[in-house]
Amino acid sequence: MSKFTFPKTILSRPVYGTLEPRTGAAHLFIADAEGAEAILDVATPDMMARAHIIFIAKGTDYEGALKALSPAIFYAGPTYSAAEPRIHKTLGDAKMGLQVYLAGTEGLMGQAMQAATLAGIPHTAIQTEHRGSTARRMQCVHCKGITEDVEVDPFQCSHCGLHLFVRDHYSRRLAAYQGVCIDAEDPGNVPPSKGIYQ
Amino acid sequence: MTIQFNDETFRDDYSFRNSDRAIRRFPFPFHEDSYMYSVNMEQHRGGPKDSIYEKRFDVDEHYLSEMRDRAQVLADDPLRCQSLPHMTLAGWDLLELIMVSKSEDYPDLFELHRDGDTWRWINKPMGIDDTFTFLDEATLPYGPMEYITRQAQGDFAVLDQRDDNLWMDAGMITTQADWSLDFDIGMNFFEWHAPVPLAHEKGIFVRALKFLLNIQQGAPARRLNWTMTVNPLLDTSPENYHKWGIQKTTLTPENIGAKQHLRVELQTFFRLPRSNALVFPIRCYLCSFQDLMTAPKWGRRLHRVIRDLPDELATYKGFIDNKPLMLEYLSKFDDGLPTSPGIWPEFETEPPLAK
Repeated sequence: MSKFTFPKTILSRPVYGTLEPRTGAAHLFIADAEGAEAILDVATPDMMARAHIIFIAKGTDYEGALKALSPAIFYAGPTYSAAEPRIHKTLGDAKMGLQVYLAGTEGLMGQAMQAATLAGIPHTAIQTEHRGSTARRMQCVHCKGITEDVEVDPFQCSHCGLHLFVRDHYSRRLAAYQGVCIDAEDPGNVPPSKGIYQ
Repeated sequence: MTIQFNDETFRDDYSFRNSDRAIRRFPFPFHEDSYMYSVNMEQHRGGPKDSIYEKRFDVDEHYLSEMRDRAQVLADDPLRCQSLPHMTLAGWDLLELIMVSKSEDYPDLFELHRDGDTWRWINKPMGIDDTFTFLDEATLPYGPMEYITRQAQGDFAVLDQRDDNLWMDAGMITTQADWSLDFDIGMNFFEWHAPVPLAHEKGIFVRALKFLLNIQQGAPARRLNWTMTVNPLLDTSPENYHKWGIQKTTLTPENIGAKQHLRVELQTFFRLPRSNALVFPIRCYLCSFQDLMTAPKWGRRLHRVIRDLPDELATYKGFIDNKPLMLEYLSKFDDGLPTSPGIWPEFETEPPLAK
């Protein structure tokens, strides 16, 4: 099962829903890994006739099933950053009436949300559904470097090497959670890492 | 009155000091012997003579040194001053508000001469004499918000108002109590306050937002907020926490009176006329425990407030580990006598310490 119930936490943390079909002139789906299952659950032939699916497999095997939905346009990219120019172009060319659906990991949804809001779509008009990994996209507040797919807390910044506590505080603009030095007041005292939701 | 400006530092050798005058006018934030969050807003319409409430933007003996410290913070990390593209007009509104207020409130220090769109601004303490075209960014060395807030003490958050909410869309933040503008910019009122414990459950932010959304032009409001800082460090940023956090562990019974500072924010709120944005100046005042203890009322009260503060708040404010040391020090200044209501020190009427 690819669904996870997030514990209740602070108000800056995004809340994800369940994708619902909406009427629209066009439908843009951006998903990674198990996010494909959310598309498979919501897709109707009518939507797919006007759909553009952008999918990052991340080692999963959903490409065939998504193609079988016969979307008007299908693209599979190796990574989010490889797909990013295409996402910006698609959103920049979008017309009124476009529906946006994001599904998969928080990092994927956050970055695609950032791209969509940059293109002028209010974040409240975008549907999201979390599926798969609960890893986080994290910004080190000290060096500003972003690390993708952080699964443990504390974790070592991949840029500056500080040991960071993984906060729930989230920036939609950066599409990232905040990491703060965990041993600043007791250098070297870094507790063993564990899974973020363990 | 003419202000004697201190030549002092807020880092490294920490030569920051408060004069007797600065201690007497320190905004002690507790109006009674206990503390809990509240929407403690009042009109910002002046106050007692020579108090920090008297002028719209208080200028004190730390002005030049604080501006030097700000310039250093910005040179080290330019992301402390940011303005989203739609906030430039609000920046001009803020520039006008500060220039008009300071030139009217401190005519011996600041002058503003306006001839249509051609404005001449003279800041005597900082040695600035600039002529520029109002609303033309190309005629200033920085954007309007950055230009004027490099010349005004305190942090400035500029909030856009839309969708019945306030959005942190611009700011000059170099003397913050451990929050990051670079991370929080673009957030709404509930999002940027998300990490604050207890207050959401008490409905504080819902009521505070309702109040702030209704602030009108010419009717600013104010409140005090507080935390604790070891050493008179203005830049207690999350960005630099890995450098300054260790200073919290340097307190001893011998040095706590000099090193431990009560950090008070005078927060004011002004509606801006063209942009309908809200500017939220957050002015930081620091006072060492030993200087606070010169007012018997403050000694008694600070002990009682810290003793009875919920642990969640001491943790959030970052001094839970030092709380026992603080109480040991402060208890020596609490003789159990009653205190008079209100924040003022009442040097003339409050009884001296009886122990």
